[in-house]
Amino acid sequence: MSEALLRVDGVSKRFGGFTALEGISVDIRPGERFGLIGPNGSGKTTLINCISGVLPSDGGSIRFNGEDITRLPAYKRTRRGIARSFQVPRPFKSMTVLENLLVAIDFAVIGHGLSTRQADAEVFEILDKIGLAGKAHVASSQLSQVELRKMELARAMAARPKLLISDEAMAGLAGSEVDEVLDVLLKLNAEGITVIMIEHIMQAVMRFSERVMCLDAGRVICEGTPQQVMADKGVQEAYLGA
Amino acid sequence: MTMQGLGQRIGFWIGAAAFIALAFAMALVIRNEYVFFAGFVILQFIVLATAWNILGGYAGYVNFGTSAFFGVGVYTAVFLLKAVDAPLWIQILVAAIVGAALGLGVGLLTLRLRGIFFSIATVAITIIAETLITNWKFVGGATGVQLLRPPVTPPFDSYIKMLFVIAAVMVVIAVALARHVQNSGIGRGLRAIRDDEIAAECSGVPTLNLKLVACALSGALMCAAGAPSAMYLQFADPVSAFNLNYSVSALAMSLIGGTSHWIGPVLGAILLATTQQLLTVTISSEVNVLVLGVMLVLFVVVAPEGIIGLVRRVWRLVRRGTP
Repeated sequence: MSEALLRVDGVSKRFGGFTALEGISVDIRPGERFGLIGPNGSGKTTLINCISGVLPSDGGSIRFNGEDITRLPAYKRTRRGIARSFQVPRPFKSMTVLENLLVAIDFAVIGHGLSTRQADAEVFEILDKIGLAGKAHVASSQLSQVELRKMELARAMAARPKLLISDEAMAGLAGSEVDEVLDVLLKLNAEGITVIMIEHIMQAVMRFSERVMCLDAGRVICEGTPQQVMADKGVQEAYLGA
Repeated sequence: MTMQGLGQRIGFWIGAAAFIALAFAMALVIRNEYVFFAGFVILQFIVLATAWNILGGYAGYVNFGTSAFFGVGVYTAVFLLKAVDAPLWIQILVAAIVGAALGLGVGLLTLRLRGIFFSIATVAITIIAETLITNWKFVGGATGVQLLRPPVTPPFDSYIKMLFVIAAVMVVIAVALARHVQNSGIGRGLRAIRDDEIAAECSGVPTLNLKLVACALSGALMCAAGAPSAMYLQFADPVSAFNLNYSVSALAMSLIGGTSHWIGPVLGAILLATTQQLLTVTISSEVNVLVLGVMLVLFVVVAPEGIIGLVRRVWRLVRRGTP
């Protein structure tokens, strides 16, 4: 199994006496579309925080692209190819959309010797793909909710990731907007980017994912194809409240 | 670099050269020493506010430790003077190095704290530094120390005029540094940190490293600003060297001027320090503190983005008014 892009091995996380994650292990293959589901408070975002380096994990190891990244700070993980969006969008409010993406290009894509013009060109290419091309010079504080979600994905893309983690990028969006964001994610995946998607909207997860993992109370209760997971008794009990 | 950027750069350095030339010409022409006595303080506050803004404004880390760095600068000069009779430029240079090192050290200890917790930690730094100096006999301890000025170097005919010109040069260095930070990649990184530190880190910004750079630069400039103060007053004591007034003033000047651009703290310092100097002469030095407070409250309410924000708002209205 040396072909795993991301290998999470026995990762645990505690907040004081509360165990948020308990020995989570999962392998993500290059190019995979991976869905992460679970009821509120089951540890999905905590797991993503441990993978992206926002939180240090308390036990276990995380390997990315064959390298142990368990102890690396978040910015180094981003530079190695792990980019993410946030459940509650975190734009750089004082900046335009263009500048938001330039932060990621300036700091994550280092050593490529990009000129200002090349960096700008790359930003516009990403914005075009994501459907924000007309908004480049708009202040990020002026964006609508769906535009903010897209900008989060665009900013993650500007870091030239190998693995993109989308943390509830569709939460609170209308039906057609969900489809828009889903299309964006599918398009990025078609270009070879591995995607982990956390989502509450079941229909979206099932349509998107090749493989789904369900967490409950910090443990993996089921992993498999979307159909297998949906059919699982434990999942239905924990998540669907059956 | 774009043509516009190049033009702005040339404009900046022409302005800087003209500023130093003006200070120099004033020193040669004006007889009244009080002008320089007051002018030095104003220039010193421009350096302090500019230095504060690098960490407090660009990165959004509100620092109450300006007086700690300033005081350490004063006492670096006192120590060098007493120990090896070092010339003024050595005092300033060493103070800058000490300030950078102190900035790094303090930064490593405190920059993992955010928001109000960081601010409280920086207040503690001032108290620690002041306590240490108060108990150090060699530099005068609690009673302070009298200092003798060396003979003045030509072409200046008085020491205070020379200090004034030196302060003018320090202003240019401080502002040039702040401007460089603002326009470079570091500046964009610091802005990202101010807006959202976690998002910055996840976009590849080495947040701790950048904050340390900002803290070291800021500390170096603050300490350097303190160094010539010893010779200015010919006296140093812990209570005035570590006076909290420096912290509050540097912060207030930056906020009143506007923190998003290097010109903000410069404008704020000129406005506030000049007002303070005028009030000190005309009414009393105690009114200063009141005026500082009133102006800060006024700006927070009326123009939360400072003079810069106010000008931008007016400018936008004017442009909208003309079709």
